[in-house]
Amino acid sequence: MSLGTHLKSSIGEKTLMAVTGVFLLLFVIGHMLGNLQVFVGPEYLNAYAAKLQSLGPLLWAIRLFLLGTMAAHIWAAARVVRRSVSARPVKYAMQKDLATNFAAKTMMVSGCLILVFVVYHILHFTSGNIDPIGAFAKAHISEDIDVYGMVIASFQHLPTTIIYSVAMVLLCMHISHGASSLVQTLGLLSCSEKCRDKIGPALAGFLLIGNLSIPLSIYFGCIS
Amino acid sequence: MKITLHAWRQKDANSPGGMQTREVDGISKDMSFLEMLDKVNEDIINEGGEPIAFDHDCREGICGTCSMMINGQAHGPDGGTTTCQLHMRSFQDGDAIHIEPWRSRAFPVVRDLVVDRSSFDRIVQAGGFVSANTGGCQDANSQLVPKVSSDLAMDAAACIGCGACVASCPNGSAMLFVAAKIGHLANLPQGQPERYSRARSMVKQMDAEGFGACSNHYECEASCPKDIPVTFISDMNRDVLKASTCHSDK
Repeated sequence: MSLGTHLKSSIGEKTLMAVTGVFLLLFVIGHMLGNLQVFVGPEYLNAYAAKLQSLGPLLWAIRLFLLGTMAAHIWAAARVVRRSVSARPVKYAMQKDLATNFAAKTMMVSGCLILVFVVYHILHFTSGNIDPIGAFAKAHISEDIDVYGMVIASFQHLPTTIIYSVAMVLLCMHISHGASSLVQTLGLLSCSEKCRDKIGPALAGFLLIGNLSIPLSIYFGCIS
Repeated sequence: MKITLHAWRQKDANSPGGMQTREVDGISKDMSFLEMLDKVNEDIINEGGEPIAFDHDCREGICGTCSMMINGQAHGPDGGTTTCQLHMRSFQDGDAIHIEPWRSRAFPVVRDLVVDRSSFDRIVQAGGFVSANTGGCQDANSQLVPKVSSDLAMDAAACIGCGACVASCPNGSAMLFVAAKIGHLANLPQGQPERYSRARSMVKQMDAEGFGACSNHYECEASCPKDIPVTFISDMNRDVLKASTCHSDK
């Protein structure tokens, strides 16, 4: 069995999902840490944004890598779902859950909604195709892009704050099951089941607090 | 005790089935679940009807034959127990009890609550053994096994192949069964020569049988009558990954 055949087996799909999940998770953590600079001051966030833009081809390499990773993650998920749906053609009249949880049962729904949000987020803050209050256009008037001003103006707008907050809750729900799952699939903490089951919710909680703090503290006027 | 029994009735694999309700009286709380079904069947036979078909054999919790979903749980509400070791004292007088067969493409219904679990046999035939083609028995203790390894092997070997893991998995996955069979031999020195080809063949057969994929709900672990932990699935994943990278046959 070659690696290619392995990836198409039930265990290969899981492994691919876990490995791509690791990269996506690292990106989410890095993305949040970068964005938290909004609390330090406009000069820091704008300098960080300018630095990212100045990477040029490297930035595109990272973007393409993430796009490929996401595509592989979705491909593996689609195969897992297809396999599982066909495995039980007749449903139970009654089935109780003993161990699973809401996040685990809604991975497909939260995953699809996160995909929609990622597209929206790129059209909103990266390309500016969606610009409900003209914040993107205003930030791009001068040569030095005012990312800080754009973020502050955007989250003073209630619908935008709601969309981002709901998306972060969904993302963290997905991660709370996903991170624990990748540890189990790759057998990283097989010495401690407690650790395996807690790492997902703990990581999700950390990401939820960090990511929600930005839109909420701007909307409620803690930073302006 | 008096109970209302809702049981799945299906004439054969090709006929449509449905739930049938029956009021049952005169049940003792000391009866096992299967003894309760025996009594129900006696009543049905006396009335001239067809008894409810169900699988059973040893009735002491070690053969893995008795298999049914009881009130939405594989082997019923008691943890670490097979259906035959479940007693009516686990229910209340006047309870409604729903029984259904295992639901899986790879376990087609034969009749009523009886399903065909030959797919498990075919997975074991694909590699769940140690080849010993010649020679007599070795002396005992000539091959040393660390305590930790033998304990792990025994934990995995506790699997009785009942199929509760498949039945309770929201995805209809057989990973816990296959992981237990692989883990049992992978932890012993006798299992080493065929370790990776075994993992490869058994997983290939598991996929061919049409079982679902694992998405870590851990319902299998919670409903396993032998309390086999899902950590064996992690170990199997690694063995299969190694089998397809470092230990490829071709």
